[in-house]
Amino acid sequence: MSTDVGAPAAAAIPSRTGDARSNATLTQWQLIRLRFARHKLAVISFYLLILLYACAVFAEFVAPYDRGLADVNKIYCPPQPPAYSFRDGWHVKDLERQIDPVTLKNYYIETDKVVHLGFLVKGEPYRFWGLIPAEYRLFGVRDRGPEAGRFHFLGADKYGRDVYSRLMFGARISLSIGLVAIVVTFVLGSVIGGISGYVGGAVDTLIQRVIEIVNSFPQLPLWLAFAAVLPPDWSALKSYFAITIVLSLLGWTGLARVVRGKILSLREEDYAVAARLLGASHSRIIFRHLLPGFTSHIIVSLSLSVPGMILGETALSFLGLGLRPPVVSWGVMLQDCLNMDVVANYPWLLMPVLLIVLTVLGFNFFGDGMRDAADPYSAK
Amino acid sequence: MSSGGGIPAHNSPGAADTPLLQVRGLCKHFPIMSKGFFRKQVGVVKAVDQVSFDLRRGETLGLVGESGSGKTTCARTILRALKPTGGEVIFNDGTTSVDLARVPDREFKPLRTKMQMIFQDPFSSLNPRMTVGQIVSEPLVIHGMSKGRDMEDRVVEILQKVGLKPEHRQRYPHAFSGGQRQRIGIARALIMRPSLVVADEAVSALDVSVQAQVINLLSDLQDEFKLTYIFVAHDLSVVRHICDRVAVMYAGKIVEIAPTAELFENPLHPYTRALLSAVPNIDPDVKMRFEVGGEVADAGRLPPGCSFHPRCPKRFDPCDKVEPQLRAIGDGGCRVSCHLYRE
Amino acid sequence: MNQSLPPALQIRDLRTHFFTEEGCIPAVDGVTVSLPRGKVLAIVGESGCGKSVTSYSILRLIRKPGEIVGGQILFQPKDGSPPIDIASLTEDDDLLFKVRGGYISMIFQEPMSALSPVHTVGNQICEAILFHQDVTEAEARRRAVEMLGKVGIPGAERRIDQYPHELSGGMRQRVVIAMALVCRPEILIADEPTTALDVTIQAQILKLIKDLQAELGTSVVFITHDLGVVAQIADEVAVMYLGKVVERGTVREVLKDPKHPYTASLLKSLPGMGRHGERLPAIKGSVPSLAAIPQGCPFHPRCPEYLAGTCDTGGPPAMRSLSGGREVACVRVQAEVLEKGGRP
Repeated sequence: MSTDVGAPAAAAIPSRTGDARSNATLTQWQLIRLRFARHKLAVISFYLLILLYACAVFAEFVAPYDRGLADVNKIYCPPQPPAYSFRDGWHVKDLERQIDPVTLKNYYIETDKVVHLGFLVKGEPYRFWGLIPAEYRLFGVRDRGPEAGRFHFLGADKYGRDVYSRLMFGARISLSIGLVAIVVTFVLGSVIGGISGYVGGAVDTLIQRVIEIVNSFPQLPLWLAFAAVLPPDWSALKSYFAITIVLSLLGWTGLARVVRGKILSLREEDYAVAARLLGASHSRIIFRHLLPGFTSHIIVSLSLSVPGMILGETALSFLGLGLRPPVVSWGVMLQDCLNMDVVANYPWLLMPVLLIVLTVLGFNFFGDGMRDAADPYSAK
Repeated sequence: MSSGGGIPAHNSPGAADTPLLQVRGLCKHFPIMSKGFFRKQVGVVKAVDQVSFDLRRGETLGLVGESGSGKTTCARTILRALKPTGGEVIFNDGTTSVDLARVPDREFKPLRTKMQMIFQDPFSSLNPRMTVGQIVSEPLVIHGMSKGRDMEDRVVEILQKVGLKPEHRQRYPHAFSGGQRQRIGIARALIMRPSLVVADEAVSALDVSVQAQVINLLSDLQDEFKLTYIFVAHDLSVVRHICDRVAVMYAGKIVEIAPTAELFENPLHPYTRALLSAVPNIDPDVKMRFEVGGEVADAGRLPPGCSFHPRCPKRFDPCDKVEPQLRAIGDGGCRVSCHLYRE
Repeated sequence: MNQSLPPALQIRDLRTHFFTEEGCIPAVDGVTVSLPRGKVLAIVGESGCGKSVTSYSILRLIRKPGEIVGGQILFQPKDGSPPIDIASLTEDDDLLFKVRGGYISMIFQEPMSALSPVHTVGNQICEAILFHQDVTEAEARRRAVEMLGKVGIPGAERRIDQYPHELSGGMRQRVVIAMALVCRPEILIADEPTTALDVTIQAQILKLIKDLQAELGTSVVFITHDLGVVAQIADEVAVMYLGKVVERGTVREVLKDPKHPYTASLLKSLPGMGRHGERLPAIKGSVPSLAAIPQGCPFHPRCPEYLAGTCDTGGPPAMRSLSGGREVACVRVQAEVLEKGGRP
């Protein structure tokens, strides 16, 4: 019987959300979704993350230019916010590069040439993920021909490459590394944590001490050490996966502890004992009875680890030890900002920071919302 | 391993009067480990110590005691939810006779179909993420006893027998009241038609008005399925109503075992007397007179001699030196473990 | 009922509702009971009946989403000063502060949750003393030791510096009782204090409460679901069902001659009352959810004496007085009374 005076005894109220009839048949996931939907910030973050990942997946479509397309005439071009007029529709004024004779700095003056913009324009032909050929892009310059101008929504970098396009392609790497890394973390963490919790005894003690040793290493220096060991002549793909392994080598301990704790507590629940008495095998008990009890906790733990992975990759690439050009990731883009001069004069090169912040916050709010919504059966 | 008190040891499994269960000298000890990096065993908690009794087919044996008496540990050890530290548990199922304490883990699975448990807490004994249908059919799935249409039919049949409706199969446990959840637990335990059912405080967590329903249900099912119950409880009025024989446990040992009527009308052991006098009488004119002080014994630090002697109003010289043994008194099937009754 | 002294506590038409997503849950809906001075009043019922919520309402311990929405809780101090309506005090009122723990104190079901694990037993008892009485710390400690001895803890001088986890369940409950009674409150509210204890320890604690109550003259409100405990410790009893009182009277009257069908069938369904092996006359159905209280008399779907057309229409039946201060909320009772020629 409940002594909680926040609400009358549980026996009198059979449901927590909705009325007894309607949610009697709801599964755990449906209940979690209902509770999650109440956290506005978490829901917004969820959609934001969907949007970011969609951009990453469809980077070729969303970006007006290819990632490596350089243009000497547009070095360090500043951002060009589009304007609208009745005569020209969406357009920008073309910019012409000038060099200050005294400081040798680049600066741009507006010309009278109008560059027309549009949505769903036919751009340079490309192949989706290198496979499927296509031509249309989400937006871009409508004018055709060699005299057509260029449109740099967020400016251009030191080679004249469109920052916005590189952000989209960079998203593909930066966001996916987070996901791939947590797959490795998930496998390592749940297997090791699961064994530790279920078997118990000396094995448990040993594994816990190993976890403590791994945790006591300082994270960033260890990442740097591992990354520095990687041969620099490896292909982009190989080093991509190598970086994900490096990132998850230190990250699995958090999940392992969560899994172990949950298994320890759920193992002695009556329904787990009942399953043992029914003759269930160990694997059935673990996967059918124990694991569903904390799948939501795993999701929370993982979604709160992703920002760490993304920041890790960014840091490594920024310092030149992670991915290297011509691979584009947000960290690689930030390498250009190592020079204070550059940052002072051409601040739009810091755009990746904004997206990183949005992504990290998004995962954090999503994870928070999931944590509050998870385990709808926790209270009696 | 002496059983004392003249209990016959193994009989042929098929004989009609062979007990379903013969427990001899059952022990379950838990080691107490010292703290620190290198943990050594510094003591032992004798949760169940030298428990012996017979369980006749079709009877209901009550196992009563307070917290720390070992009644739940004893019941769980018999069912091999815990591994016994010593003793024998001979299970005579008509065709086979097997010592449950000696069977290795991997050979135990087929025996599971013959003995089941009903748990105390209706809220934690059902997996909240499985539907009622899945919970009740799980035993059939684990043992491959049935599938498809046949399994559906068996699930519906057992649900109806416990007083639930077929459409409840799709619902989740949180949609049901405590009494209904207990019925689901009973359905799960009985779907394989076991011979032995241990009810571990099966009605203690229920409301008074629901207790009566579930007690009636357990009685009806016992008649219909020819079940043998071990009924673990601390509520003596429920035990008096439903049990044929009662065993009273204190600090891991059985101190008295007798047919129900005998035990309640003529309790022999001072602890049994104390227990009975502690039950609040529902007649306001009959005031309780409870005189026993002290705390319930801690099984990790038992006093020498009889575990009850520090609290016993009748203690005398040998009680703090020599442990009494369970002995038969008269021929009514009563056995007591107390120095007061030395024949 | 002894009418010479005014009752120590009078609850009149108390309504405590919980405003949740499911809607308004009327956990306590029009409860009227009175506690005679120096006596023990038992409030008994099953889970969901509202007995705990009633007891928490008395000391205004109900938090959001619950709220006292109506009724009065009149406390009459012994010294004759005017009665205080606890329900109408504001949260920061000094008087409420004096009432809680001073005039009225409370003991709970789980002694381990009621005691702070990081303070010694003596620390906690002295805290209660120093809040409500103007004494030195040394004097407070002396009173604490005396109280521990009174509640039957051996070696009180030594125990007073121990932590709750060093004591057994029964001893912790004794400490909680000591904390509650050390300021000599006029009313003690006991919310299922023995439910979590073994039966032999329960017997000791019940005896202790009864002895202390007689010695200190405290009036006690005893919440429980165990009718045996009611029989042993209470002088008067109120039976609750789904937020309302269905029967009130002295313990002898209600337990030996129950008038409300719920009380009667509850008593009949107890295993101790039947003979071995007999089928227990169980109450059919189960307690409905507070969110879906039946129309008319809330007990009618389960009532063995249900009368279609009378019991399921209109609002819940009002409490009807029988002789000797007894009250029953059942339309059938009045009918019976009239049939017997109007002589209750």
